[in-house]
Parts: sequence; C-alpha cells; structure tokens
Amino acid sequence: MSRHSPTRRSPLLAIYAALVFAFIYLPLAVLILYSFNRDGVGGFPPLHLTLDWYRQLFADEPIWDSVLNSLLVAGGAVALSLTLGLLAALALDRASFPGKALFRRLVLLPLILPGIITGLSLLMLVVLSGLHLSLLTVLLGHGTALISVATTELFAGLQKTDRAQEEASLDLGATPWQTFWRITLPNLKLSLVAAGLLIFTLSMDEIAVTFFLIGRDNTLPLEIWGRLRRGITPEINAVSTLIFAVSVALIVIWYRIRMRSIGAEAKQLLQRP
Amino acid sequence: MSSAAIPQAPLAGADAPLLEVRAVAKRFGAREVLKNISVNIAAGEFLTLLGESGSGKTTLLRLIAGFEEPTTGEIWMSSERLDTLPPHQRRVNTVFQNYALFPHLSVRDNVAYGLRVQGAPKKEIPSRVNEALAMVKMTEFAGARPSLLSGGQQQRVALARALVNRPQLLLLDEPLSALDANLRKQMQGELKALQREIGITFLFVTHDQEEAMALSDRIALVRDGALEQVASPREIYARPATAYTAQFIGQTNLLRGEIQRSIATCGVLRWPVEEPDGPVLFSLRPETIRLCADGKRQTHEVKFRGVVRQQIYGGSSELLEVDSGDGQLLRVRLPACGPLAGELDFVFSIADAIRVLD
Amino acid sequence: MYSRAYKTIVSAPPLLWVGLFLLLPYALMFAHSFWAVEDGVLVHHWNLDNYEKLLTNPLYAEVLFRTLRIAGSVMLCSLLLGYPLAYYLSFHSGGRKELLYQLVIVPLWVSYLVRGYAWKTILGSEGVLNGFLQYAHITHEPVSFLLYSPFAVILMLTHIYTPFVFLPIYASLEHIPRPLVEASHDLGANSFSTFFRVILPLSMPGLLAGATFAFVLSLGDFLAPLLVGGSSGTMIANIVQTLFGAVYDWPLGAAISVSILLLTLSLLFFTQRLEKRWSFK
Repeated sequence: MSRHSPTRRSPLLAIYAALVFAFIYLPLAVLILYSFNRDGVGGFPPLHLTLDWYRQLFADEPIWDSVLNSLLVAGGAVALSLTLGLLAALALDRASFPGKALFRRLVLLPLILPGIITGLSLLMLVVLSGLHLSLLTVLLGHGTALISVATTELFAGLQKTDRAQEEASLDLGATPWQTFWRITLPNLKLSLVAAGLLIFTLSMDEIAVTFFLIGRDNTLPLEIWGRLRRGITPEINAVSTLIFAVSVALIVIWYRIRMRSIGAEAKQLLQRP
Repeated sequence: MSSAAIPQAPLAGADAPLLEVRAVAKRFGAREVLKNISVNIAAGEFLTLLGESGSGKTTLLRLIAGFEEPTTGEIWMSSERLDTLPPHQRRVNTVFQNYALFPHLSVRDNVAYGLRVQGAPKKEIPSRVNEALAMVKMTEFAGARPSLLSGGQQQRVALARALVNRPQLLLLDEPLSALDANLRKQMQGELKALQREIGITFLFVTHDQEEAMALSDRIALVRDGALEQVASPREIYARPATAYTAQFIGQTNLLRGEIQRSIATCGVLRWPVEEPDGPVLFSLRPETIRLCADGKRQTHEVKFRGVVRQQIYGGSSELLEVDSGDGQLLRVRLPACGPLAGELDFVFSIADAIRVLD
Repeated sequence: MYSRAYKTIVSAPPLLWVGLFLLLPYALMFAHSFWAVEDGVLVHHWNLDNYEKLLTNPLYAEVLFRTLRIAGSVMLCSLLLGYPLAYYLSFHSGGRKELLYQLVIVPLWVSYLVRGYAWKTILGSEGVLNGFLQYAHITHEPVSFLLYSPFAVILMLTHIYTPFVFLPIYASLEHIPRPLVEASHDLGANSFSTFFRVILPLSMPGLLAGATFAFVLSLGDFLAPLLVGGSSGTMIANIVQTLFGAVYDWPLGAAISVSILLLTLSLLFFTQRLEKRWSFK
C-alpha cells in the first residue's frame, strides 16, 4: 500500500510536537531535579546535589502516616467501587428497569461534575446523617465517586466479551452462579485490573472531594496541601518525585498485563484461517 | 436427570418424536420472528433448519437451547415440557457459530467444563474427556489454549465439548460457516459419520442449501419465520411445494401459465394435465430438459424449438439460456457437449414439470 | 437469557447505593439552595433569595466571567497544544507512534497536586524561572507577576488538561480510514486542503469532546487558584468553598453550586448534540 502523503515529513510539525512534549515534561523534570538540590527550591543553577531531602522525608512520620491513610482509603475505594461498578455494569448490560437511563447518567455524574460539587453534596449527607468526618467518610466519597470509572471500564469490557461464552456455559449445564464465577469474571479480568489500577491512582491523588470529607487524619495529598501553605521545601519535591515514580511503575505494570493479552489476541488473529 | 432413564415415552408408542415444537411463536417487540412453528424431530434423526439469514432459524434453535423463551407455544422433549426449564437443566447441548470456546481454559478444561459444573464424579472426568477428544481426533491438543488452534480444530473441540455431556439432542448453529470451502467439505463428511456412529439426534442450522442436502435426513426450510416445507433432501428437490422452495434449493425454471380444458399453456409450451382450469405455476429443473437430436418426442414429452442465447461452460456440464420464442428464456443444463448455436429442438418429460404454489 | 432473580441481584445494590450516596446528596444540594441562614443557623425556610443575590450582586457576575474567561483560555490553549500533537502522532510519527503515545499518557497518571506544585516552584518570585532569568542576565530583579495571577492558573490547568484533550482527538484521528486521505490526495487536494476538508471535519467529535472536557473541568476547579492564582485568580468554585467554610452560608454556596452544575450539564448536552451532528452515522 502506498503511504506517501500521510507519512511525508513535516519538520515544522515535528518541532511543534517536540515543544509540546517539552511543555508537558519540563515542569516534571524541574520538580525531580530540585528534589536533589541542596540549596532548596529555586535558585539557578542547581549545583550541589544531595539526598538529604530524601533522608529527611524518610524520617518524616506525619508523611508516612498520611501515606498509610491514603493506602487504606484507596484500597477500600477500589473494593467498594469495583463491587458496585461490576454490578452496575451487569445491570446496564443485561437488565431493564424503570429509570435505567437516569441511573446511567447519575452514575457517571461524578466523572464530569467538578469535584467540589460532589464533595459538598456528600458533606451535606454526612452532616444530615450525623456521621463524624473521618477516613471512613473519605473512603465512602471516593468509593462512590469512582463507581463511575469502574462502571465505564467494566461495561466496555462486558460489551467486548462474547455473550455466546455465557450461553455455552449455561448450555453445558452450569448454573448462572457457576457461569458468573467461571466465565463472566475471568472474561473481565483485564478490565477489572485496569479499573482497579485507575481507581487506585485516582483515589491516591484525590483532593477536591477529600477536601470536604476529611476528618483529623490526613491523606497524602492533603498532608502535602497543608504543608504548601507553610512554604516550599525540597522535601515536597522528594515526595512528589516518589509519587511520580510509583505512578510510572503502575503504568508499566498495567502495560505489561495489557501487552500480554494483546499479544495473545494478535496470535489468535494470525492463526485464524 | 429423570428423563434419561426413560428411553422413549412409553405411552406414545415407539415412533414418538424426541422433540416436539408445538405452535411456537416468538416476538421481539413488534417484530414477529417466528410464526406458529410446529415440527417434530425423531430420535437419531439429522434434521436441518435451512433458511436465509434473518429467517428465524437461529431463533428457533435458541428457543430449544433455552436462551430465549417462546412468546406462545410449547416445546416438549421425551414427553417432558422443555421450554419452562432454564438452559442448564436441559439435556440439549449446542455447538455455537463461532464455537464460543472459553479462551481462558485449555482444550481439556473446555471439554471437562460441562462435567465439572454438573458435578460428575472426579474419577470419571479424565476418561470421558479423553474419550470425547479421541472421538474428534484432538487428543494431542488437549493441553493447548483454544486461541492457538485453527478454525477446523476449534470446531472439533466445540463438538467434543458438547458431546461429552451425552445430550439427547445436539444443536449446531451454522457450525461450518467460519471454515474455508475445502475444510468445510471435509468437516461435513466427518460430522455425518460421527452422527451415524454415536446415534445422537442432530438439529443443524445452515443457510447453505448444498450443505443441507449433503447432511440431512430431513430439511425444514424456514422462510420469514414460518416453515415453508419439511421433507427429505430428495423429496424437497424433486417435488418442491412452492416456488420459493424450488428456487432456494437448486436452480429451476418457473413457468407461469394457465390451464384450460386440461391443457396447460405456458408461453409456447403446451401439454395435457389432469387438473382444473385456472392460473398455474410450474417448476422445471434445467437438467430435466434434453436436446432432441432426432426431432422426435415420446407421448409423455413436450418438445420445443429454441434459440441458444448464452452458453456457460461448467466443466462436467453446460448451462444454456434458451429462448423458446415470445422472449421466454429457459435454463437448460446439458452434459458437456461443446459449443452450440442457433435453433435447436429440446424435450422434457411432462412428469418433470412440477406444479408449485406461488 | 438472564432470570429475573439475576437481574434483581445485579441491579438492586447499585441502584440503592447510587440513590443513597449520589441522588440524595445532589438533591440535598438542590434543597439547600432554596433554604436560608438566619443568625448563623440554617433554617428550612423555602425562598429564592440566594438566586436573587447571585443575579443582583455584581461581585458574583465578575467572578463568573473571570472563571469563564479562564476556562475558555484553558480550553483554547489545550486545543492549540493538543490537536497538533495528536495530528503529528497519528499521521506523521511513523514507527515511534506507540512510544510517543505512551509519553503523552504518562502525565495523565501523575498527580494533579504534583503537577500544580511543580508550577508553583517554577513561577514563584524565588522560583526556578526567576533564578534562571537572573542567572542568564535577562532580568536583574525577580519577576513577581508570574505567580498568583490568572495567567498562572491558565498555565497550570493547560499543562494538566492538554493530555486529556489530546486523547479523544487522537482517538478520532486514528479512526479516520487512511484510504480517505489517500483518496483526497488522489483527487488532487494538497495536504493543506486535505486537512481542512477531510481530516478536521472527521475529527470534530474528538475535538469537541476534548474541548468540553478542558472547559468543564476548569470551570469547577478551586485548587489551581488556591495554589497559584492569588486573589486576582479567584474563580467561582473558590467562592463556593469560602461560603461553605469560612462564611458558613451553605444555602448561597449551594445556589452557586447548582448554577455551576446546571451550566456544566447544559454544556454537556449541547456538545453531545453537536457531536452527533458531526459523527456522520
């Protein structure tokens, strides 16, 4: 196939694209670089490199407490939103009930509405119910808001799986319950992992909803947020660099999983007559 | 399952059907996909549901498998009501169109699936799986993932997976349509041999009339959600009941004409019939028309003179398009005979002009 | 093929949960916007005063217009950065496509806060940029107008939303069948007219989705102004946050929230209609 025109070189466009990449990555590079700068954030050039800020960070107990809190919240949010999101996706895919269209929109609302609105609405519910603000309210908030992500991802996964798989299972004598565990869930494995990772990162990073639902114990983003008010230190650069590294690690893991399955699919396609 | 213990329904006699579809109709919303279908399948029979895509044949199969519920009507198997049971309680198994093999399970585990979920004795499973795999000659692939198999191999696994459950009735939903032509022919042969060997009743769905002719004991031709004709392949080809059947199965010439005083007139063709007066439609297969070299005809034959308009060479045969006058074109299939041209005499036997319904 | 029991089991829990934890809270927000505060206490006294205050007090209109201006600028800047990038990747990047795509995706996963913080350290009067400018002898005094301004908010949000805008545009460009582009060239169109007559119209759904995304997300942001906006960069959501926190006027805050919500929903509705028109299906 001739592809002269689409791949013809266009140096101007390439330069522009390089500049956009620079815009995206320079701030991150600066952030990482200054986490090693002895003389603090700002000042140019950063001449004296050191690991002191990381040492200080590892000795900083409030930060690690908040990391633990964030992990707890994110873990709970993943469990909660995956469970409800899976059911919601199944319901949207297979059941018909009054108000289904409204339900679909409602579930997705937290994804498109500003976090402040969802956060404040949930705050009103908490106040109404007489609950105390705590990590639990944050978990409920994250879990509820992120059902949207779980539902979208798992619904897409369901749409891609072959309905005949489940029919075959029932046909071979499996009950609907057996079919769910042996066929439906394994078929959704990839979507579940993808949704789980995404929800985990989003929850670890969430501020807007958390802002209004937090009690005495901080999550990591809110701990950092609190410190920003007091001034900037490279210790925050150091923790940001670590968050960045963990995010990239998660993407790489996710990619490995996905590539493996894509590889299998490709092989399947190649060998089909 | 209790019905397994009863070989045939004792009250209804020895030739009671295995499966009875009684006045079944199916609607999806306003669309009527099946209209009042009644058909019986005898034990050990190979019945084919033949029809165009969208004719409703697959829906009928899904009703029997239990993936859909009939809007009205009932389905009975071995004198037990079938249509009220959920699919997993039916002694019916399906070979799906794209096989629907479980991608996350090996070939062996795919075949063992039905036995495991139904709680077959653990000791029994490996031997039954091996037996089923041997039956379809797939023993050496037992450990493979389905995605690594060719279409034909996947087909065999799907068969083994369905048959290992020893169903009373096997449903096959266009199982060969994903295969290329040569493999398809080969699988047709194997499928027919397998069915004879194990004696399980097959209900086969296809849109390919040649496939239906090659495999079936009986063909049920489905058109727009209704049964057009149910008969053996020979019967349905030789004596089509309707113009649709005659055209769908094989090629034919449809002759439209009139009967007056026991003479049928279709264009320039005239022959005696013993039927009442009125408009009439005949099906005349192209191969029933012969060249009449000596110009003589027997008493039971009709002779006509026609001009060869077109000749298509088909290896063992020739297909002619013959103008019998008045612009009436007839297709004639002759044994290969070399180029023909000009005006020639043709004859056909009156018995081969089959009266069909419009 | 699914029984009634199955359908009930899968739909009941999410329906109940969403009703209790989403519908009810949003309804509460709506109700609050019609209530009042008297002597610092919330009273369930139905009225329209909050909305009247919004319409009559010019302060709110001013902040709202600034918010729309900022959100519009973010949308425009992200499009100007994201579209050419997506076009380059889809049509001109050759074998490096997959790698470059990953490079755009990575920042999506990187914390909002981390990225905002990076800009704060760069733009500050003691920050990295000022350090660099003085080191290079471009300026002698720290430049102080960079941080704590609407400009800083726009810069930070553009940085955050460019990858978001890129994604749907890239997806729609990738969906354009390449023979269409070849056909356009074959019929005598040059690259320029092929772009404007074939590629751009066919990528409209992605462009609209990306634009809506950037606009809507910027519209309700209150963290960027707090981080880098200063008082001149205050946006509408900051007012809400103040009303709920410091001022304790929940009804008025709720009324603004409901207004933002309605604005967002009508925008989404409008672009959905537009997207349908451009989808050619």
